[in-house]
Amino acid sequence: MKEINIEELEKRFQEKIDADIRIEPKDWMPDAYRKTLIRQISQHAHSEIVGMLPEGNWITRAPNLRRKAVLLAKVQDEAGHGLYLYSAAETLGADREETIDDLHSGKAKYSSIFNYPTLTWADMGTIGWLVDGAAIMNQVPLCRCSYGPYARAMVRVCKEESFHQRQGFEIVTKLAQGTPEQKAMAQDSLNRFWWPALMMFGPSDADSQHSEQSMKWKIKRNSNDELRQMFVDVTVPQAELVGLTIPDPDLKWNEEKGSYDFGEINWDEFWQVVSGNGICNKERVEARRKAKENGSWVREAANAYAAKKAQRKAS
Amino acid sequence: MTKKEWPLYEVFIRSKQGLSHKHVGSLRAADETMAVENARDVYTRRSEGVSIWVVESKNIFASDPSEADSLFEPADSKVYRHPTFYDVPDGISHM
Ligand SMILES: [Fe+2]
Ligand SMILES: [Fe+2]
Repeated sequence: MKEINIEELEKRFQEKIDADIRIEPKDWMPDAYRKTLIRQISQHAHSEIVGMLPEGNWITRAPNLRRKAVLLAKVQDEAGHGLYLYSAAETLGADREETIDDLHSGKAKYSSIFNYPTLTWADMGTIGWLVDGAAIMNQVPLCRCSYGPYARAMVRVCKEESFHQRQGFEIVTKLAQGTPEQKAMAQDSLNRFWWPALMMFGPSDADSQHSEQSMKWKIKRNSNDELRQMFVDVTVPQAELVGLTIPDPDLKWNEEKGSYDFGEINWDEFWQVVSGNGICNKERVEARRKAKENGSWVREAANAYAAKKAQRKAS
Repeated sequence: MTKKEWPLYEVFIRSKQGLSHKHVGSLRAADETMAVENARDVYTRRSEGVSIWVVESKNIFASDPSEADSLFEPADSKVYRHPTFYDVPDGISHM
C-alpha cells in the first residue's frame, strides 16, 4: 500500500472528482488543491466579515425600528457566514489566528466591493439587492463544489442569503416609489454600485489566472463571465420594474443570444481596488484590526473564566 | 497577556424532538458552556435546533479514510443481508 506514488494518488483523486465524489478533510488531496482551497475559502470568509462594515455603518441610523432589526439580523448573518467559512478553512489545516492576521496585514484579499463607501441609506437597499444578489450567483454553484465542508457551508449560506437580497430590494422599491428625492437617492446609489457589483465576479475569463485548474477540481463551477452575464440578465428587468435606470448606455437586449449586451468594465479601477487603492481599503482593514485589539480583553476574560470554572470543578 | 487560542468544538444539533443530533460544523470557544452559547448564535439563528451537543474536536477519534476499503469490505460481500437478495414468488404480499 505504501508504494503508491504521487501520480497514482493524483489520478485517483481526479477520478473521484470527475465522478462527483466529495472530498472530505482527512482524504488524501494534492497540496495545490489544499492551498488553493484555503486561499479561496479564507478570502470568502474575510469578505463576509469585512462585508459587515459598510452596512454596520447604517445600523444606528436606520429610518425605523423594523429596518433596524432587519439590518441587524442581516449583518449578524454575515458574521455567521464568516464563521462557517473560517471553520471550513480550518478543516484543511489552516490556522485560524494566522488566517485572520493575514487579513490584518493586508496579505489576504477580500471582495473588492466592500472597499466602496456607503453614503446614504439607499446603499443599504442597493447592497442587499446587488451585492447579495451577486454573492448568491457566485455561491449557489459552490453548493456543489468538490470539497465537502465548503459545499455544506455554502448550503447554509445560500439559505440565508435570499432574505438578504429581498430586504435590500424592498428598501430600493420603497425609495423608488417614494418622493422624487427618495427616488433620486435610490438612482444615485444604483449608479455608484452597479459597476462595482459587476466587478464582484472577478476578472474577465481571458485574464483569470486560476480558473482552469479550479474548474477541473470543481471548486469553481462556472466562469466569471458566465456568472456576470447571468447576473445582468436577471437584474436588468428588476431595475426596470421599479423604474430605475442601469447606468450603462451600451446596455441592450440581444435577441440573437437571448441575453443582454453590456458596456466595458473599467478594469483599471478593478485592479486598483484589488491592490489596495480603493476608497475604503485602509479604513476597512484598520477597523478589523481595531476590533481584534479592542476585543482582546474579552477573549482573555473568557479564558480566565473558563480556567476558574475548570479549577472549581477539579477541586 | 495570554495568547491562548480557544479550543475547537464540533457542533451537533437535534433539529426536532424525535430526530438524532447531526453534525453541523465547528467553532471555537473558551469552554464547553460558551461553546453551546456560541453554537446557539452561529448555527440556530432560524430555529434550526431544539438541542445542542458540543464535543472538543481533539476528542473525536475517526476511522482512517485510506483504510476505508478494507474496513468496510466485510459488508460489501454480504448482499444476503438485504431483502432485495431474495426471490419472492409473484402473488405474495405483506412481505
Ligand atoms: Fe454572506
Ligand atoms: Fe448576505
